[in-house]
Amino acid sequence: MSPTLSLFYFLSFLTVLSALMVVFARSPIHSVLYLILTFFCLSGHYILLNAQFLAAVNIIVYAGAIMVLFLFVIMFLNMKKEDEESKTNLTKVAAVIVAGTLGVILVGAFRKSQVGTYNPYAHDSQVGMVESLGHMLFREYLLPFELISILFLVAMTGAIMLGKREVGERHF
Amino acid sequence: MELTEFVIKSLVILVIFGLTLLIAMYSTYGERKVAGFIQDRLGPNRAGPFGILQPLADAGKMFFKEDFIPAQANKWLFIAGPCLAMLTALMTSAVIPFGDSIRYDGLEVAVQAVEANIGILYVFGIVSLGVYGVMVGGWASNNKFSLLGAIRAASQNISYEISMGLSIVAILMMTGSLSIREIIEQQHGGNWNIWYQPLGFIIFITCAFAECNRTPFDLPECETELVGGYHTEYSSMKLGFYLFAEYINMFISSAVISALYFGGYNYPGMDWVYAQLTSAFGDVAGHNVATLIGTAAFFAKALFFVFFYMWVRWTLPRFRYDQLMNLGWKNLIPLAILNIVITGTGVLFLKPIITALLN
Amino acid sequence: MNTTYLPSDFLPIVVQFGLAAGFIVLTMIVTHRIGPSRKSKMKDDPFECGIEVKGDARTPISVKYFLVAILFVLFDVEVIFMYPWAVNFQNLGMLGFIEMLVFMALLLSGFYYIIRKGVLEWEQ
Repeated sequence: MSPTLSLFYFLSFLTVLSALMVVFARSPIHSVLYLILTFFCLSGHYILLNAQFLAAVNIIVYAGAIMVLFLFVIMFLNMKKEDEESKTNLTKVAAVIVAGTLGVILVGAFRKSQVGTYNPYAHDSQVGMVESLGHMLFREYLLPFELISILFLVAMTGAIMLGKREVGERHF
Repeated sequence: MELTEFVIKSLVILVIFGLTLLIAMYSTYGERKVAGFIQDRLGPNRAGPFGILQPLADAGKMFFKEDFIPAQANKWLFIAGPCLAMLTALMTSAVIPFGDSIRYDGLEVAVQAVEANIGILYVFGIVSLGVYGVMVGGWASNNKFSLLGAIRAASQNISYEISMGLSIVAILMMTGSLSIREIIEQQHGGNWNIWYQPLGFIIFITCAFAECNRTPFDLPECETELVGGYHTEYSSMKLGFYLFAEYINMFISSAVISALYFGGYNYPGMDWVYAQLTSAFGDVAGHNVATLIGTAAFFAKALFFVFFYMWVRWTLPRFRYDQLMNLGWKNLIPLAILNIVITGTGVLFLKPIITALLN
Repeated sequence: MNTTYLPSDFLPIVVQFGLAAGFIVLTMIVTHRIGPSRKSKMKDDPFECGIEVKGDARTPISVKYFLVAILFVLFDVEVIFMYPWAVNFQNLGMLGFIEMLVFMALLLSGFYYIIRKGVLEWEQ
């Protein structure tokens, strides 16, 4: 087995393991920390694919920004042991149905999808660098890029609507 | 990567690692000496000549203190907090080029752990993780003061990260590369970025102060309002890690500042020195000595900024929290965007005119 | 120096990580071992300046901090989009500059809305 391949298997093992730990950890804080570990492993995969920009962005955006938000929400919401009323049998059944449907859809999608092939001799190893990525994004995918800014605008207004202060809240 | 190259790189990492720890250790001594000088005192002067052994005494004291974990705290997260803070601080130096290159056995190995296409983005990625150490530690302590300190620190760090990222964009527009080595090499010959990006530099250094939780932005650990901030419950080397991580971050950010804006390992007259050295010692040894001088210049620049951090700390008073957030969001972000627009217009319109005039 | 970047360039990071992690674990174990350990009821309580402890620190906090975190995520992604643009700026030329100006104008209008809504007012 070549070193790259063994590294790939090791990383995959670590990724799956930490992803499983996200689900099985009892405390949500531990789940978040395992999720961060999962993102690191994914970045390792990106580096193995020589997609360095994606690896960095994955860490900055997912591990550095979105997970911070998750941690904020989980840490600073009122999470006492008493309010566990959300774990009735009905919710469990509903959760199993939803997750099962999602699983079926994913498996179906994977079966239908066609894996792109490439010629290893003509393949440019530098295609994942930021230069070629930027060229692609700002020449061929210009419209989606500009539409993203509108998406951001919607997200901003949505966040402000959600964060409206209600009367009689207790916090500090 | 060949084995020899890998071994040399590992040695470089080891040396840089040791130097980082040494500099962070002696920054604590330097800080107290600088504070003493500014306030017309002597500073530490008992441990060894001029108090030079003071950091060792401090470290020894830290080690022998009780390693205390409060009963209500989440034990493992409580331990993980300072470890995360320290880990992120120690990992940042990997992409910073501390010198040109070493020639050995026909190989040319860069004085840098990783020469990556993403360079500066790696630094940002690790810096953005620094907030976890503070948040996890502050929350796990299960103390109201720690909680307040942690949430303030986290909000401050994430607020200033945005303007930090934006101020870098202007430099990238001029250099066209994310690699820090590339950015440094384009500043060769006194062509430092500070001449083109004074506004960007001011924004960047302000954000660096805020990211390192240094005065005037040291609200997360301000003693008077929140007892001791997020590390109220910490003792022993766990507290030591938080403080130590701050000093390491200070040194690393100084190194990044001098690499991005002050030419890194470039210094005036380096081509002349290089020519003299190679003619005197030959191609290999002369090159290595020249690299060493460049590295020394880099460290000198970085240490100047470490001194600057201390100078500011003992000169300026602290901001209030609302002032801090207003500065970060309402002033620095618009300024950074303005800086990008100015740089863009300059590169697109002024640069062709100036190059046409010069030719 | 080299213009081809390869995944193997990142191998030294493993060395650095190992070094950092080893240092941290060793220090933690040593400091845990050599320090004294004396427990008492009062000492185990959270430190609150000598006042009797009421409840714990698992309490909700101001929604402002969440808003700051959400806005941070949005702006962070915007900044990420600027990096590939900035690197290619001199190739893209005028058209690229206008593209980004439009993008930033939309971003700034959202930013203006946030400020007008008073999300970032900390005094109240």
